[in-house]
Amino acid sequence: MNNTEHVSFLEHQGKHKGILAWILSTDHKRIAFLYMYAIAAFFLVGAILGLLMRFELIAPGETIMKPQTYNGIFTVHGIIMIFMVVIPGLSAVFGNFFLPILIGAKDVSFPKLNLFSWYLFMFGSALAVASQFLKSGPPDTGWTFYAPYSTTTGTSVIIATTAAFILGFSSILTGLNFIVTVHRLRAPGMKFFNMPLFPWSLYATAWIQLLATPVVGITLLMLIAERLFGIGFFNPDLGGDPVLFQHLFWIYSHPAVYIMILPAMGVITEIIPTFCQKKVYGYKAIALSSLAIAGVGFLVWGHHMYTSGMSEQARWFFSLLTFIVAVPSAIKVFNWISTMYKGSIDMKPAFLFALAFIFLFMIGGLTGLILGSVATDIQVHDTSFIVAHFHYIIFGGMGFAFFAGLHYWFPKMYGRMYNFKRANFSVIALFVGFNLLYFPQFIIGVQGMPRRYFDYFPRFQWAQILSTIGGVILFIGLIVMIYNLVKAARSGEKAPANPWNGSTLEWQLPSPPSIENFDEDPVVKENPYDYN
Amino acid sequence: MSEKHTHIEHRDDEASKLGMWLFIFTELLLFGGLFLVYSIFRSQYPTSFHEGSLELNVTIGALNTMVLLVSSMTIAMAITAIQKKNKKLTLILIGITLFLAFVFLVNKYFEWGAKFHHGLYPGSDLMELLDRGHHLYFSLYFFMTGLHALHIIVGMILLIITYVKVKNESIKHDHFVFLENGALYWHLVDLIWIFLFPLMYLIS
Repeated sequence: MNNTEHVSFLEHQGKHKGILAWILSTDHKRIAFLYMYAIAAFFLVGAILGLLMRFELIAPGETIMKPQTYNGIFTVHGIIMIFMVVIPGLSAVFGNFFLPILIGAKDVSFPKLNLFSWYLFMFGSALAVASQFLKSGPPDTGWTFYAPYSTTTGTSVIIATTAAFILGFSSILTGLNFIVTVHRLRAPGMKFFNMPLFPWSLYATAWIQLLATPVVGITLLMLIAERLFGIGFFNPDLGGDPVLFQHLFWIYSHPAVYIMILPAMGVITEIIPTFCQKKVYGYKAIALSSLAIAGVGFLVWGHHMYTSGMSEQARWFFSLLTFIVAVPSAIKVFNWISTMYKGSIDMKPAFLFALAFIFLFMIGGLTGLILGSVATDIQVHDTSFIVAHFHYIIFGGMGFAFFAGLHYWFPKMYGRMYNFKRANFSVIALFVGFNLLYFPQFIIGVQGMPRRYFDYFPRFQWAQILSTIGGVILFIGLIVMIYNLVKAARSGEKAPANPWNGSTLEWQLPSPPSIENFDEDPVVKENPYDYN
Repeated sequence: MSEKHTHIEHRDDEASKLGMWLFIFTELLLFGGLFLVYSIFRSQYPTSFHEGSLELNVTIGALNTMVLLVSSMTIAMAITAIQKKNKKLTLILIGITLFLAFVFLVNKYFEWGAKFHHGLYPGSDLMELLDRGHHLYFSLYFFMTGLHALHIIVGMILLIITYVKVKNESIKHDHFVFLENGALYWHLVDLIWIFLFPLMYLIS
């Protein structure tokens, strides 16, 4: 074995010093950190914008901002959260850090391309942020940029769509990198069905990133050309069709939902067996359900458009497909719960986050079925029911999975341990605050509270007040969590190599890992979750 | 043990080629979105599209198709030449490919220039006056051929880099995956034109 002192990737001295050692590094672990800090900063900005909207909505009429400012804020909140936080989120941070390690590789296939993707991401994000401060004012179209309004509004839509285009390109390159990595760099002896399940979910995600993102890319280019030259594709006056924009937009943006949630499911699938000390139930079913979600997810975009004008046949067909895509998600939930059955459960913070994820994701998923059936969808279309539904999936699902992954892998990434009491407090605050914030929106949504409205009838105020209180609790939970983790990263206790007694490859390495990850080829187990 | 710690340049040609193929998929889907829009509007305004296509110069279009097909052949021959360790011939063949790409752009310049001369370009007053089908046809024509021309330029930049790399021997007979990938990209640019030409010029 290696007798020399272990040098972690955090201490490793490369060609460059100081900040250059980070922003010029092609090490997948350092790139993961670069993404994480950038995304954390954007997330805080997005969260503060969300909180501002909550304060605006605490009473009917104008409270703290003008209607146009409100339009700008919900658009910016959407663009930041979707394109800069949630879509890159799990795959760029934990995917970059752990995909190579989990499959026993030293890095991704194209390390330089990986760094280039980060630069594209930062460039796109800078443009998106810039669009908020230009003279023409922040875009006010909502993150969906629906034509024809987006082709006529005087706000900085072109910059914002260019930003989304560049962010999409970055996402494509990350996906491309991961697919090639999974195909080419698995450790000797590791077949596809010996891989842990997080790499499986990343692999499925990467295919969606690769195949869906170009479609939104061309759509945004058409939108830009529409604004610059009046090409008329989406303008009925010139023979075009605004509904065509919606189709093209959702052909990408529905699969994008699975870009967000699949890696989240992958993280949860890593966490549950570790804290139950039990082989994951139905390994193959979980692996294949990721691919099934990725595949069927391409064919359900029409369920965003039941009220936009589609034929009767198209509507029931999209509805049927939407119900079908719920099946593989449900398979995963059943398998997680079956894994816990008779396991020796250890209620560590990461596991609590995973439990919160399952609960919130199920509410999000079941309300998704309500939206998937045409008749009920038409009733609640464009109400706060939708807002509640997708926040349960995106924040309750992907967000909580991110926090779970952060608490699960933190000791491996930093080599230090956080305070469990504070972590437990933040789980509870986030969970309570989250439900208080979004659950009332389901109720007033059914009663007719429209989404994206600045004003509302006084009879909805009780729910808006509850939501705002929930928002504050949620924010406190966030602050405590971030404080706890930052403190731990600086001065936490030294973490052992395998604090949770995990069985996958990352726990066989010292914490944090060395720059090359593996000094010798790792031993590959037949089933990565073998605790016997 | 210690030698494993030094960075050995990792080389995996299969991975590079797989990466290029995946990138080509994304390019196809990028144009796929446009072909989708084209098919929808063409089925909506079939006569306008037919009349619009009569305005295009089939001779220049056909000439450009030939030019691109030949350039695809020359770049494929360059791969064989480098495998046979014939550096000079490789450079000549890449040079011919670049020249043909340039010819394509010159033709395109005159073709577009003539339209512009007649006041036919996106956003022009004449375009505003056209009926809906014609407007959409010419918008699609400029958008699709414009995006394709942009890809020609990107392909040319790739080929210039390849040329330099062959010249300073970082592309050699046993290490030519960069040339192969450049050629793959060039075939893609060619392939898209093969679809654009009949869809734009030969509508009946």
